[in-house]
Amino acid sequence: MNNSISINNLSKAYGKAGVLKKVDLQIAEGEIFGLIGPSGSGKTTLVKMIVGIESATNGTVEVLGKRVPNLTLLENIGYMAQEDALYPELTGKENLSFFASLYKMKKANLKDRIAYAADLVELTDELGKKVAAYSGGMKRRLSLAIALVHDPQILILDEPTVGIDPELRISIWRELMTLKKEQGKTIIVTTHVMDEAEKCDRIAMVREGGILAVGTPDELKTTYGAADLEEVFLQAGRDAR
Amino acid sequence: MRTLALIRRIMLQLLRDKRTMALLFFAPLIVLTLMYFFFNGESEDPRLAVVGGSEPLITAMENASIDVVSYDAADNQTIISDNLAGLLEIKDGSFQVVLENNDPSTSRALLMKITQIAAMQGGGNAPSIETEYIFGDEDTAFFDVLGPILVGFFVFFFVFLISGIGLLKERVSGTLERLLATPIRRWEIVVAYLTGFGIFAIIQTIIVVFYSIQVLDMIMIGQVWHVIIVNLMLALVALSLGILLSTFASSEFQMVQFIPIVVIPQIFFAGIIPLEGMADWLQNLSRIMPLYYAADSLKAIMYRGEGLSDISGQPAGSRCFCGGVYLYEHHCFEALPKIIKVFQLSAFVDSFFMGLWG
Ligand SMILES: Nc1ncnc2c1ncn2[C@@H]1O[C@H](COP(=O)(O)OP(=O)(O)OP(=O)(O)O)[C@@H](O)[C@H]1O
Ligand SMILES: [Mg+2]
Repeated sequence: MNNSISINNLSKAYGKAGVLKKVDLQIAEGEIFGLIGPSGSGKTTLVKMIVGIESATNGTVEVLGKRVPNLTLLENIGYMAQEDALYPELTGKENLSFFASLYKMKKANLKDRIAYAADLVELTDELGKKVAAYSGGMKRRLSLAIALVHDPQILILDEPTVGIDPELRISIWRELMTLKKEQGKTIIVTTHVMDEAEKCDRIAMVREGGILAVGTPDELKTTYGAADLEEVFLQAGRDAR
Repeated sequence: MRTLALIRRIMLQLLRDKRTMALLFFAPLIVLTLMYFFFNGESEDPRLAVVGGSEPLITAMENASIDVVSYDAADNQTIISDNLAGLLEIKDGSFQVVLENNDPSTSRALLMKITQIAAMQGGGNAPSIETEYIFGDEDTAFFDVLGPILVGFFVFFFVFLISGIGLLKERVSGTLERLLATPIRRWEIVVAYLTGFGIFAIIQTIIVVFYSIQVLDMIMIGQVWHVIIVNLMLALVALSLGILLSTFASSEFQMVQFIPIVVIPQIFFAGIIPLEGMADWLQNLSRIMPLYYAADSLKAIMYRGEGLSDISGQPAGSRCFCGGVYLYEHHCFEALPKIIKVFQLSAFVDSFFMGLWG
């Protein structure tokens, strides 16, 4: 399988504080890749550097064979930030179509895609409302819809299901699986929910700016001699100390 | 395409914000009106004594809403005792005007009308007009001087504040970063911001200028479109400055804190208080204030009737100002994210273009 994303010797420092330290990581085309790790370990920073909105202090990131940052590459990336970045004065639909119109898309296609994305996150009936009047979970769902709207080859989702109810969470994951299987999309997800990590093809444990371990959920369980991922997480933490 | 989408969004956002709209379009009118009433007590037709005026001349004057009172003979004493705004005496085709000048703006308007009518009546060769003042002299009109400065100031102030806060919101709410995760180019964002807010600045400028001239009867000898052009240039500088300073603020409140530092001092440098008598260093300082040049240009057009060609080169000072600011930043803030630098560069570039218009 081809590598969709290739991270080499990547470091990032804010001022003197090192946040990522010499990260190496290969993510294959058509896999769901999970990033787990404690709060402040550097998941968001890593993900932002893959998108190219945060610059590297050292090392390189390549996506689809192109060196990041690269504007044309961004046509193929759907990014959902950890913090909702929406325009509260505008309606859900206006937000969606604004972001959609920043990508190369045919007009007719654009309408279908907006309808599809809104339907996926079950916001179709709420699209006419101003985002200022949305609940937390609704904003989260809208952010997810925006990440999906231009049908990108690579999805990068930073804690996509925070604040989303279990039922919708399951249906979103089902859809992510379908996107992977039927369209071969590469999906990177950060999460604190071990159930979700379990659904990933492979996961990386991030800790203090480094990658502690990479593998399928089962491989990690074997390595740490743990019954479930929760235990892996805790065990890895103890080992690090 | 992307730029258009962004411009559309910026405008939609502003339109939804009713309070900002009101601030942008009506607040200047209200304050200007207040100022007008503070400085101009009365605005009834001026009463003018005419000695030796021909029939058509008097008709023309009455049509220009001058309250004409014919006398066989009159002098300065008559003006005061009969409570007249002035006296026009015509001898051998030459005009002699004595103005009471108790209210300088009335005098000015009156003199302007007499000059125009005299020129019209005289056909091609305008008769010579000699002017005398009972009180003060021709330079005493306060609101007339203040008016053009105020027009410029409001355009500057509101555009500065609203564009600055607009970009700040975009930055603080994370949407600017989110935009950078789309294929939009940095310069497209900058262009969209300048255009989106620029359109509102244009509308505001036009409203303020027309209101001042039509409703408040602000003195206006030059051409209206010259005034609009100067104000537009000023709005662009304000836009750039607002966007520029918003990159140093991390909240709306911090943006407001720039007002006493950046905006208020400009009023004093704009010539409300005559600059001639000030210390040299203060005068030199005014040379780098955008509002100084704008106010000076506006005064020249509205009050002295000069054209754009007479005042070219004025904005060169603003160019230096923005250039200086940019260089300073370039040294001190190397670590700023690139997008902010692009905005600052654009502020510089666009004030540079503004410097070229003359
Ligand atoms: N702009 C910044 N300036 C300085 N330090 C930063 C900045 N952004 C992040 N950091 C630091 O980088 C480290 C990693 O942050 P990051 O947001 O990547 O963590 P995370 O793994 O996503 O955490 P969480 O699970 O809570 O979202 C933290 O220690 C944080 O303080
Ligand atoms: Mg995070």
